[in-house]
Amino acid sequence: MRKIEAKEITEAVARLCLKANFNLRPDVVLALKEALGKEDSPRAKDIIRTLLKNASISKKEGLPLCQDTGMVTVFLKIGQGVRIVGGDLREAVNEGVRRAYREGYLRKSVVDDPLIRKNTRDNTPAVIHPEIVPGDKLKVTVLPKGFGAENISALAMLKPSEGKEGVKKFVMDTVRRHGANGCPPLIIGIGLGGTMEKAALLAKEAILRPLGSHHRKRHIAILEKELLREINKLGIGPQGLGGETTVLGVKVEVYPTHIAGLPVAVNISCHALRQASTVL
Amino acid sequence: MEMSKEQKIQAPLSEAQAKKLRVGDKVLISGTLYTARDEAHRRLVQAIGRGSKLPIPIKDQIIYYTGPTPAPPGRVIGSCGPTTSLRMDSFTPKLLKNGLRGMIGKGHRSSQVIQAIKDFSAVYFIAVGGAGALLSKCVREAKVVAYRDLGPEAIYQVMVVDFPAWVAIDSKGKNILRQ
Repeated sequence: MRKIEAKEITEAVARLCLKANFNLRPDVVLALKEALGKEDSPRAKDIIRTLLKNASISKKEGLPLCQDTGMVTVFLKIGQGVRIVGGDLREAVNEGVRRAYREGYLRKSVVDDPLIRKNTRDNTPAVIHPEIVPGDKLKVTVLPKGFGAENISALAMLKPSEGKEGVKKFVMDTVRRHGANGCPPLIIGIGLGGTMEKAALLAKEAILRPLGSHHRKRHIAILEKELLREINKLGIGPQGLGGETTVLGVKVEVYPTHIAGLPVAVNISCHALRQASTVL
Repeated sequence: MEMSKEQKIQAPLSEAQAKKLRVGDKVLISGTLYTARDEAHRRLVQAIGRGSKLPIPIKDQIIYYTGPTPAPPGRVIGSCGPTTSLRMDSFTPKLLKNGLRGMIGKGHRSSQVIQAIKDFSAVYFIAVGGAGALLSKCVREAKVVAYRDLGPEAIYQVMVVDFPAWVAIDSKGKNILRQ
């Protein structure tokens, strides 16, 4: 058994939360630069330039990319040969979030109860997804995500007969109806299959994939490409003010499902995609 | 695609000035803005309902939908980009009726808000969402003037210089976004 101290996890989570909030993911920066070359609309170009400038100010001056510094989702891939010692795992993660949001002057946006809505004042708790995997390492990924985009995410339990066209229609309808509210250009994660909650988790995991990547299954890679092209034809554009850049990436993850079902979840990220990982 | 012409405007914004703005225009706003989000809106509208005095002036003012991050040492404000406007839609017509002239946010507005914008010759501006670090550099002064208990959702009075935004719905009700 390899031992990992809980306080190492706290330190990693704190460091990653700060990194994510001040550094736009490098592949997103690259995609914005590419989009600048493709756009014809002066307004769309103006907005994309503003976003690139914002990313550079954020990094240089230590101001968060966005004032909505999000609720933090933490993915833990825990090797089955790892034993966590010296504290409670969940508390270790939450302490990391607490520290980063205090020390980094990040906004505390979490309320303790969805109906009573009292701010917890330290941005905890995080939403934690632990997974046991082979090996003796622990991979920590943080995804502090704002709710402008989280709020327009959606899930549907389609009928198997609706197939690929049904999936595309649901994704297109979701983006068409609400896309302008989610700070486009967007990054879209789609979860297909499994059960209701599995599809939702897959959709969020899909956002973690690099923008340049394609799904290893050919028919899914084709679906990603078709959706990217068709959504960018909607004309929503940067900030909803028109243009060809509505999405920078569409990533799909799949899982086996039941004979009677076709769950589809759409998780939408704004262009300020904040994510950071480390391996302990 | 209509070309936007860039113009400098002052806040507070007079009715006459508001009427000159056209959908798609790019503006650089200088002057005083008031920030407010969901809960501050609820309280303002409740105060109007009770007939109590509002904690901020409202006639000809521009409300900016934002909840800034805490100001790091040496800065007047943290990151402060626009939040999603539609969450304020149920409160907005009442504020417009009471003299509010402009709003800065992001995304769609309801048909009731668009009608009220027309009825009271107001303007809805869209600023760049997710550019909070850059926009914070337009803010020269910021202070909490009401509802301090709301933390980031308190009402701040902010002095801005050349704050960039676009006219998304003009006083004729013309809308830049496809509904």
